[in-house]
Amino acid sequence: MKAIQAAKTGGGQWLLYLYGIYLALPVYWLVSLSLRSNQSIVGTTGDAGLTFANYQEIFTNPVWYTGFANSLSYVAINTVISVTVALPAAYAFSRYRFIGDKHLFFWLLTNRMAPPAVFLLPFFQLYSAVGLFDTPLAVALAHCLFTVPLSVWILEGFMSSVPRSLDEMARIDGHSLPYFFLRIFLPTIKSGIGVTVFFCFMFSWVELLLARTLTGSAAKPIVVVMTRTVSASGIDWGVLAAAGVLTIVPGLAVVWFVRKHLVKGFALGRVS
Amino acid sequence: MHDNRAWFGVLPVLLIVSFSAVIPLITVVNYSVQDIFDVDTRLFVGLDWYRETLRDPRFLDALLRQAGFSILILGIEIPLGILVARALPTEGRRVGLILVLMAIPLLIPWNVVGTIWQLFARPDIGLLGSFVNGLGVEFNFTANRLDAWITLLMMDVWHWTSLVALLTFSGLSSIPSAYYQAATMDGASRWQVFRHVELPRLKSVLMIAVLLRLMDSFMIYTEPFVLTGGGPGNSTTFLSQYLTTMAVGQFDLGPAAAFSVLYFLVVLLLCWLFYTSMTTNAEEQ
Repeated sequence: MKAIQAAKTGGGQWLLYLYGIYLALPVYWLVSLSLRSNQSIVGTTGDAGLTFANYQEIFTNPVWYTGFANSLSYVAINTVISVTVALPAAYAFSRYRFIGDKHLFFWLLTNRMAPPAVFLLPFFQLYSAVGLFDTPLAVALAHCLFTVPLSVWILEGFMSSVPRSLDEMARIDGHSLPYFFLRIFLPTIKSGIGVTVFFCFMFSWVELLLARTLTGSAAKPIVVVMTRTVSASGIDWGVLAAAGVLTIVPGLAVVWFVRKHLVKGFALGRVS
Repeated sequence: MHDNRAWFGVLPVLLIVSFSAVIPLITVVNYSVQDIFDVDTRLFVGLDWYRETLRDPRFLDALLRQAGFSILILGIEIPLGILVARALPTEGRRVGLILVLMAIPLLIPWNVVGTIWQLFARPDIGLLGSFVNGLGVEFNFTANRLDAWITLLMMDVWHWTSLVALLTFSGLSSIPSAYYQAATMDGASRWQVFRHVELPRLKSVLMIAVLLRLMDSFMIYTEPFVLTGGGPGNSTTFLSQYLTTMAVGQFDLGPAAAFSVLYFLVVLLLCWLFYTSMTTNAEEQ
């Protein structure tokens, strides 16, 4: 048994430790800078005591906390839209063959893979023309470019692993399709829905280019606030680091609940 | 089951996506064949912008840099990810925790990844930067091209290797113990076990890993934008950043649109490869 274990892991514990240190060091540095004053970071004063002033600044300065609020609002809108429209579509792809289904499924994927920069110019003009520029809704709709395909692909992966006999039994029992879908099928794949919500949330939360281009001053998201923190006295590294720590928190808060499905989500539902 | 009424299920998605992808794409193609002076003065120029883009040395440089970057990060992340996945323990309660900790870089906003590495690598306030300079090695990623590239590669490896490792790990855990048993009885070396037992079973997940990394690295924008701003000079300006400068920095509508279409076509080709490899895998299983 030991020999098998050795053949499986191939030793290499040291590599794991090195990799762990490599991953941890930059994060450690971010957290440690976030707890120091800017003067102590740039070295003008010798004082290196811990301080929560940077976090206090973020929670009390409207530029920072409205940035967080703006980001959360378009991420929430985006997630609701994406998952709602993706559910029936994923069911259709998973359970039926219809004209053009494969092409459509592929075409959705191309949108997930397309560089947002390609869509920048028309987005900017389209959303300006319909008066949505500088609103959370504009960013939410723009992010649908990749979150809707993502949701369809992930949900399809989860739905396809539910045996078809469930559908057939419901039909024999005389349940209508909407009743079956809402009352029986959705509860069956609720972990899949949770994973999809998580990934919509995440990919919308981390995106910068579209969010920056489609917002001005009113709906400015946190990721944009972070890239524009240069004041007259230079960059306040401590506050920047604190903001960085805070943007990581939402992902960390929920990752534990989706840990078993992380790989599936990143691989667009193609890995079991 | 064949039923064309299933189209009704797909309709909402089509509506949303037409707003977020179809109309913009048509607009881009439309712009790419016109010379636009203002809203009312437009001139049909055919394929002129495409010819110009393909001859533009800055476009070709960005494309070359992009290809070089993608090849380098694949060359580091795929082998490293496999090694890390093989070194992970296969059983026990620790596994879940280790996997979650490894996944953390994947969940950090991309601009924050840039910020983290900026704070980490700066020669004045960074742990890494000041350490390397303390060793007597000149290191400054905002002034030196090579240093900028090294920092960028380290950042991308830090950001995405875990994805390769997680994918490989899920592939490895689907290999039955009996395979290893047989290999141990035959006295196979570690390399032989990897080459003849694991690699064949990892083919599909590795394909997914390679193509995901290839395509996502091909659209990289945020991290280099925050870290180096594309500099020093243009040495870390990749396709997305060059296109962004053209489209919303200078408002060169025609050339930017032609650029977008070419860029999109390259990605489409990669995407098609991804799709075919997925679907053939699904049929094999």
